[in-house]
Amino acid sequence: MTAQEARTHTIDMNSVLLNRAHQSEPEETSIKVENLNLFYGEKQALYGINMEMPKKKVTAYIGPSGCGKSTLLRCINRMNDLVDSVTIDGKILLDDENIYEKSVNVAALRRRVGMVFQKPNPFPKSIFENVAYGLRIQGINDKRILAETVENALRGAALWDEMKDRLNDNALGISGGQQQRLVIARAIAIEPEVLLLDEPASALDPISTLKIEELINDLKEKYTIVIVTHNMQQAARVSDYTAFMYMGELVEMGATSELFTNPRKKQTEDYITGRYG
Amino acid sequence: MIKLWIKSGSPWVWLNAAAVSTCLIMVIAVLGLIAVRGAAHFWPSNVAQFSYQEASGSVQTIIGEHVDTSITSAAMAKSTGHKMAAGEDTLVQYLVKTGNRDVTGTDFRWIVARDVKNMDFPANLIVIERREWGNFYGQLLAVKENGNVVANGEKAFPIVQEKIASVLAIVDQIRHLEKKEIGAINYNLERLRLKEKKLKLENLWSIGAEQGIAEERKGYEAEYKQYQLQLSELYQKVRRDSLVAKTDTGNEVEISLAKVVRLYQPNNMNVFNKMGFYGGKVIEFLMDDPREANTEGGIFPAIFGTVMMVILMSIIVTPFGVIAAVYMREYAKQGFLTRLIRIAVNNLAGVPSIVYGVFGLGFFVYILGGNIDQLFYPEVAPAPVYGTPGLLWASITLALLTLPVVIVSTEEGLSRIPSSIREGSLALGATKLETLWLTVLPMASPAMMTGLILAVARAAGEVAPLMLVGVVKLAPTLPLDGNFPFLHLDRKFMHLGFHIYDVGFQSPNVEAARPLVYATALLLVVVILGLNLAAIVIRNRLREKYRALEG
Repeated sequence: MTAQEARTHTIDMNSVLLNRAHQSEPEETSIKVENLNLFYGEKQALYGINMEMPKKKVTAYIGPSGCGKSTLLRCINRMNDLVDSVTIDGKILLDDENIYEKSVNVAALRRRVGMVFQKPNPFPKSIFENVAYGLRIQGINDKRILAETVENALRGAALWDEMKDRLNDNALGISGGQQQRLVIARAIAIEPEVLLLDEPASALDPISTLKIEELINDLKEKYTIVIVTHNMQQAARVSDYTAFMYMGELVEMGATSELFTNPRKKQTEDYITGRYG
Repeated sequence: MIKLWIKSGSPWVWLNAAAVSTCLIMVIAVLGLIAVRGAAHFWPSNVAQFSYQEASGSVQTIIGEHVDTSITSAAMAKSTGHKMAAGEDTLVQYLVKTGNRDVTGTDFRWIVARDVKNMDFPANLIVIERREWGNFYGQLLAVKENGNVVANGEKAFPIVQEKIASVLAIVDQIRHLEKKEIGAINYNLERLRLKEKKLKLENLWSIGAEQGIAEERKGYEAEYKQYQLQLSELYQKVRRDSLVAKTDTGNEVEISLAKVVRLYQPNNMNVFNKMGFYGGKVIEFLMDDPREANTEGGIFPAIFGTVMMVILMSIIVTPFGVIAAVYMREYAKQGFLTRLIRIAVNNLAGVPSIVYGVFGLGFFVYILGGNIDQLFYPEVAPAPVYGTPGLLWASITLALLTLPVVIVSTEEGLSRIPSSIREGSLALGATKLETLWLTVLPMASPAMMTGLILAVARAAGEVAPLMLVGVVKLAPTLPLDGNFPFLHLDRKFMHLGFHIYDVGFQSPNVEAARPLVYATALLLVVVILGLNLAAIVIRNRLREKYRALEG
């Protein structure tokens, strides 16, 4: 118990320290959302969103249920295209390219913008094949390359030591927390630039949650991460920047330490102090 | 009290339980009846010798198997012309299989139980299974070779058995020569004839071609002559031996051993002998061709035809059904039109099967087949190749018949796959097609197998449409043989379901064929069960492999 507490503490300290360290440097923007409106049929779900997410940083979206944070997240890899009734206007720039341009290859975009969902969704295949899936669809079938990439991805997701002896087991046979890390390994195996995490720990127990949070901390060395979370402590622990959304609008966005300690808007303050949501 | 009981809901539980048990009892009864009657057919029952007082008063010997007993009331018996004594209230009659159709003209005879003066089972009674005229019942008198008696009385039996064994071996040889070797020659000669005709039709007939074909033909004809010589030699050998036997009416009959399939003394056999005999009969039933208008011998061609047709049907129906279901579920816009199509597909499953048969005959056989013949087989005309009912059209017709089942269950399987799995795949940069191919379809494969299982069960038992599109009473050749191209989709074939109908209701000797109907029905059930079990095993493997996400 005490060891765990200590670990939690280090993470907190880490994120705080990192936040401070980064505040002085000028930051490169990875994703820029410009004036984004989204409609489900007649009903508008996002209202004129403008925001920038810096490279190799963790940005967290917080807000009450139904505020549109998941919808916004799913815009970044065009997952909303799957819903027939959705219409979108505005732009999302990924490295200065509008991903909603007609010429954009959606599959290629999704290779650059990986995503992890709320509920672990491993394929009913072996652990190895789960991680190799993204490579296989890119036509990579060289055994050596696959083995190497799978190992790296599993190491990257802090899962290698647990899984190295059971790579051929069915992925549905491992625990929920392991499944979620496996899904993360699957996403980073294709080396995306951006990783979208949609409440990645909400279906997990505290210990698994802790592991995922540690992992996020490691992953931001290489990837731009956007995370949706219900849990404000989690947002405070893992993110560099936080965006507070309410009723489809972006209320406030800023450095996490600042937003939590010194919110500029009344709504934000009400939310983080637990007055609603 | 009663009110409370009704309120508790247990009457409904009882009602449900009763419904389930009724169903179970009926299924078990049907299967049991078929199994008992069918399986008993091959058992060599004892042959009785009756002393029977005819209506005229004379006492006569009747030899035969007691098959059935019927009990009628006195009034009924009187009305059908039986004389009844004063105190008698029932008339007991035995149905006796007396055989010897060549002598008496019938196989069966009803006798009145009270007129049987004596009944015993002499050990020396023989039963002869013949290739013609059905069974013979009587006593063995002598064995002849080239018309001269070589043994008689007691000694005749072992000698005749020996001789039958050697004759049977030769008969097998003859059959092999006729069917395989000469069959192949005939097939090739026909091929040459068509080749010649085709060349002539296309104006490519030249001296070179003529010589080539003539030479080839010569080769086959020489081969044929050789086989012919061999055959006549064998036939002479087979015809050399005969036996003399006495019927219950005292007639002496000479039977050539070439016509004998089996000769045995059932009253002289112990249980183990009988079991051995039984096994031999079952194997014959499963492996041999039918004899005597399908009422004797085996039903191998029917088993083969049924299985072949079902396999072909599965190969045709699965891809079509799966593709249709994938389009309707994954690609088509879910609107009014899709709903309409879905309803239409569901209703297609309710169309009477004979309608499919008529459609198959009209569209597939006459229109499609006729056009194929015109385009590709002009040399065969006026004889049809595909323009006549055959295996291919039967399989396609049944595939059409079972298509709705496959579509519906595949669609159901597709809709059960969680969207999180699809999203997971798409998020990794897979296209919709890749997602379908790599994750969704494998996960839906158990559902496809379910559809296929239902399709197989339906198709294997279907008879009505098959009568129109390819099944015949007796097919001279199997659809699969050693002549190129090995699988002959244009051939007609035999089918267990139709065989049951044919033997049971179309045969000249219904009484004799009845046990065979049960046996064939039993076999049909077993074949369908086997096909289904195979599919179920595959499905369970797939299910284990692609077990969907829980919760």
